[in-house]
Amino acid sequence: MGLVAISVLIVSLLAAGLALLLVVAERFIANYGSCEIEINKDKKFTVEGGQPLLSMLVNEKIFIPSACGGRGTCGYCKVKVTEGGGLILPTETPFLTKQEQEEGIRLSCQIKIRNNLKIEIPQELLRVKEYQCICTRIEDLTYDMKRFRFELKNPPQIEYIPGQYMQLLCPPYKGSPEEVYRAYSIASDPAQKHIVDLIIRRVSNGICTTWCFEYLKEGDSVRMNGPYGDFRLSDSDAPMVFVAGGSGMAPFVSILHHMEHTGNSRKVKYFYGGNQVRDLCLDEEMKRFEKALAGFEYIPVVVEPAQGESWEGQRGLVTEAVQRAYSDLSGHEGYLCGSPGMIDAATKVLTAMGMNKERVYYDKFA
Amino acid sequence: MSINQELWTALVVCFSAVFTQNILLTTFLGMCPFTSVSREVKTAIGLGAAVVFVMTCTTILNWMAYHWILAPLGLEFYRFILFIIIIAAFVQFVEMVIDRYSPKLYQNLGIFLPLITVNCAILGASLFMVIRDYTLIVTVGWGFGAGLGWLLAILAMAGIRQKLNPARIPAGLQGPGITLIIAGLMALAFIGFTGVLG
Repeated sequence: MGLVAISVLIVSLLAAGLALLLVVAERFIANYGSCEIEINKDKKFTVEGGQPLLSMLVNEKIFIPSACGGRGTCGYCKVKVTEGGGLILPTETPFLTKQEQEEGIRLSCQIKIRNNLKIEIPQELLRVKEYQCICTRIEDLTYDMKRFRFELKNPPQIEYIPGQYMQLLCPPYKGSPEEVYRAYSIASDPAQKHIVDLIIRRVSNGICTTWCFEYLKEGDSVRMNGPYGDFRLSDSDAPMVFVAGGSGMAPFVSILHHMEHTGNSRKVKYFYGGNQVRDLCLDEEMKRFEKALAGFEYIPVVVEPAQGESWEGQRGLVTEAVQRAYSDLSGHEGYLCGSPGMIDAATKVLTAMGMNKERVYYDKFA
Repeated sequence: MSINQELWTALVVCFSAVFTQNILLTTFLGMCPFTSVSREVKTAIGLGAAVVFVMTCTTILNWMAYHWILAPLGLEFYRFILFIIIIAAFVQFVEMVIDRYSPKLYQNLGIFLPLITVNCAILGASLFMVIRDYTLIVTVGWGFGAGLGWLLAILAMAGIRQKLNPARIPAGLQGPGITLIIAGLMALAFIGFTGVLG
């Protein structure tokens, strides 16, 4: 008995001693002091060193897009580091092209602040803010899609370009211990500056979608930041082809509202695809846009209506419907939103039909 | 044993640890990083160098802990726990130091250090040192030699695998499969060294 007690004590002491050594080392060796970060040669702030750049920027209310929460797996949090970033780490290289590496583009989540830094961030991102909002309405669109309406409280209004997206903060809940951010396109009328609608499709085992579908209730307070993204209408007046599937509907709702307000009469054919009739949503709103917008035509496409579903519209893949509707797409612009597979297939079809690859704009769900 | 004799023994132990008693090829310890990080010579050298360093230092530290703390108290059976704790703490510490003072070295070596904490060859080297009853000086030779042997083995493997890149390997054997077969052949080849110290 005595031996057990003594030996446990001794080993615990040794372990505690080593732990203490590490704590002391952390305190003195890993202490980088305070460092100064300069953004775009103008804004400066001082932070405690030793932390990743990304989280320091978030603390300063500068929101860099990041979907993985700083683990270096999404590759979104790129910033240009002009001074003090050190060498490019092996964890960054898979996400940076050769050209980006030469320009000094880095993943901000992988850079540890050790000294004074000079970085450049696009002006657009500096406009990104964090919004405190209340979820005021949750509406079923299909069996697996819902539209969530959020009213902004602080700040009370948002300016965004239709087609941009927000990052919704999913708080920790049972089964998901960490905060995560997920990106969703804004699906509301940009003229209603106090409202952000998001269309979310349930992903089985998705962290954020599970939270939205099972935990989020009307009246709950949530946080999001944005707007991000460069998916938007071009300034030209070329005829357009919209292609979307599932919750890829979202940015187009916002874009169509905007076109209605600005009296935009560009020719648009919008192909919206689903596997079955039950996958399609917002049919009535689209019909209303058809009446309100002179050049707009809405073409829902269903691959294979389920038994008992009545369907009079087009059948097959959306890409097949596009091929039926046009013979030549040169001079047209393509706008795509949906799964990577859908976008790759649609890009192939559009370019094969004569569309300039530079004129195909898309928003890929990652 | 005089100091000269000990130094000579250390040298012999070191040499045999590299060639005849190669820790990887005779005892097959440290196979996990050996199969997964042996695709390129460059990374293999990085990992190998980190192993040499950590193995040399931890065998020495563990020798001290064993002979000066555990043995006098009669607590030898605690060596497994203590050795692991010491290795982990040491690696953490070194990582912190390198990260702070030598970003260049950290870039080449630092990312491999956490991998090594759980490399069984490191613990194995410390345990062999106890079983074989090495003195402190011999332990230095042993730790360094065992690490060097591991480096040599992974370096050879990486070289072979790079040469193998254009080869058409049957689907079922690609990756770890062919690596294990090569490791077996290499182990056979290293048996050829056995007589050297005879």
